[in-house]
Amino acid sequence: MNTTAKNKPSSRKRVTNLLVHVLLAVLAIIWLAPIAWIVLTSFRAEPGAYTSTFLPQGYTLDNYVKLLTDRTVLDFPKMFGNTLIISIVSCVVSTLFVLAVAFSLSRLRFRLRKPYMNAAMILGLFPGFMTMVAQYFILKDMGLTEGSNIRIGLIVVYCACAGLGFQISKGYFDTIPRSIDEAAIIDGATKWQVFTRITLPLSKPIVIYTVMTSFMAPWVDFIFAKVLCRANADQFTVAIGLWNMLQKEYIYQWYTCFAAGAVLISIPIAALFLYMQRYYVEGMSGAVKG
Amino acid sequence: MNEERITVREALTEGDWCTRLSAVVMGAGMLGHRQRAKGLLVLACEVSFWLYLFGKGFHDLAMLPSLGTEGQGKSWNEAKQVFEYFSGDNSQQILLAGVIACFAIAAIVVLWVVQMRHSLSLQRRIEEGRDVPTLAQDLKGLLDANLHVTLMALPCAGILVFNVVPLVYMISMAFTTYSKEGEHLLLFDWDGINQFLRVLNMGGNIGRQFWHVLAWTVVWAIFATFLNYLLGMALALVINRKDTKGKAFWRFCFVLSIAVPQFVTLMIMNIMLQPSGALNVLLQNLGLISEPIPFWTNTMLARVTIIVINLWVGIPYTMLQVTGILQNIPAELYEAAKMDGAGPVRIFFKITLPYMLFVTMPYLITSFVSNINNFNVIYLLSGGGPTMVGDTAGQTDLLVTWLYKLTIDQQYYNLGAVIGIITFVILTAITLVTYRRSSSYQDEEAFM
Repeated sequence: MNTTAKNKPSSRKRVTNLLVHVLLAVLAIIWLAPIAWIVLTSFRAEPGAYTSTFLPQGYTLDNYVKLLTDRTVLDFPKMFGNTLIISIVSCVVSTLFVLAVAFSLSRLRFRLRKPYMNAAMILGLFPGFMTMVAQYFILKDMGLTEGSNIRIGLIVVYCACAGLGFQISKGYFDTIPRSIDEAAIIDGATKWQVFTRITLPLSKPIVIYTVMTSFMAPWVDFIFAKVLCRANADQFTVAIGLWNMLQKEYIYQWYTCFAAGAVLISIPIAALFLYMQRYYVEGMSGAVKG
Repeated sequence: MNEERITVREALTEGDWCTRLSAVVMGAGMLGHRQRAKGLLVLACEVSFWLYLFGKGFHDLAMLPSLGTEGQGKSWNEAKQVFEYFSGDNSQQILLAGVIACFAIAAIVVLWVVQMRHSLSLQRRIEEGRDVPTLAQDLKGLLDANLHVTLMALPCAGILVFNVVPLVYMISMAFTTYSKEGEHLLLFDWDGINQFLRVLNMGGNIGRQFWHVLAWTVVWAIFATFLNYLLGMALALVINRKDTKGKAFWRFCFVLSIAVPQFVTLMIMNIMLQPSGALNVLLQNLGLISEPIPFWTNTMLARVTIIVINLWVGIPYTMLQVTGILQNIPAELYEAAKMDGAGPVRIFFKITLPYMLFVTMPYLITSFVSNINNFNVIYLLSGGGPTMVGDTAGQTDLLVTWLYKLTIDQQYYNLGAVIGIITFVILTAITLVTYRRSSSYQDEEAFM
């Protein structure tokens, strides 16, 4: 009698446990299936966007070869180079901007601090696309919408708006105890020294996070790059190039190459993302202690 | 002496001749009070401002009320026996130049006020026999007491030029006739609030579409935000259960799907759900359906599909974000509830959800706002379609994708701007109301 009474809840628990794991497995398959499918498609031997079978019939590396060597119609290596240049420059500048603004708002007290934060919130409420048209006109006035100047235009805009994305870094700086700063200032440090010698070294995770997010932004920005590049194929970034491969005139020839390109781009970005996800989580929950 | 307490009136009444002179010759107060370098810099600003104003600014401002009158055209040149083409006025450039001129004037006014106050404060320092900071001291201060100026100057300049000026420019566009309609692409005029009335008027064609799009935008944002939030939290709870094995593995599976760039997954989804796409092929091969499912051409189905795919995109994000917060919920709360015999569902609705709503209200508001402005999901998945004949807005268009179509595809710039402004007004109202009610409203240090 006693043993059955003890066993009953544990067997029910076992059933629940089993159900939970089955559920998680099903969900995981749903979440991973499209990714697996695109990886398989990138090795597919049959051309065209649509085939009559879910899984490829034959496998080949030709899609990758074509993507990396065919430089006549959609020049993927060139797009890759464009995006790399843009992302390196804008990464350096935006990181400096974001950290500078976040430090000022977190650590320094000045009259325009609150108004600045309110203004940033208000600016965030406008549809992002609304400013893009006007940004395009302004860049056009500055002559940054033609030829290789397009790259400069993209860099300028990515950097110029960086100062609005300070929230996560500021949240991190807020968690570093102020007493450390105060001790340093009593010892004769200037605020600049506090910033460069104390706050930044203590905030390595968020510095890494900021560097990576700003490096990734040009790789995944699709809409502004499209507005600015228009039909200038030699200025395309990777995102627009991939998008173009799916347009009517290219899709039959380029679909499997699109898949190959998507895989190639996703690997480094996914690696960066997986690496920094904990900083992201910590930034959200504000659980980091200096 | 706190410089910010000084008013311009004080500077004009109590100032000596240098201070008063700086009302006209900016920087005079500094030149006369032992701060020559700064004074010269300010003077240079004033001189270049006037040069700009007389060279270009006044003309730009004068053109602003009319936005140009000369149309494009051609005239017969008798001497050369040819038609000569002239470009005429370009209202869009005139408007932009006018907006920039207004910003230049505002900037010089701010500089004027600042230097007036500074002049009087310098004058008082000298009168009280205190030291006037030298240039070297001022520069040093930029790394210490005034560090915020050094750090914020460039980012603020960037935001001003590439965010605030474009916004003001776009807002002003809403009050013009800048549109493909009636050949107003080169030469347009002020139009008052006519375009607003047109968009809000339910009887007209544009107005009818607007209310449709608005209704769907709100429905979409509510579903996208709350379903993602609840299901993401449920997933996080299931993974973090005490008895779940391989927590890190499950988390990795879901995080992998968001590690792939979003625009890539969205384009893949679009292709997979086409009539001859992978999903339909799979279902047909399995014999589950005989006809392909029209995911993107049936209005209702397209809307449901978008919401479901957005769940696919959004649930792992929510899971990632709430995991840390969920672990902060005090364990005693759970234990007490278990003692009282509450089941897991009851515990979720009575303890977990209220706690999470309390802590993550700002996050919820942010994600609601970003869903209303969610361009990528709609544009890359359905492209706003299916679209009825004669409409500019498709059945799944949000305000923001409609805005894109109106400006880029249709070149109805004024209507696009009106819709942008209306979106902003709606979002501001929602944000203000919910922020004021949320408990984290006052506590700035905790969030924002």
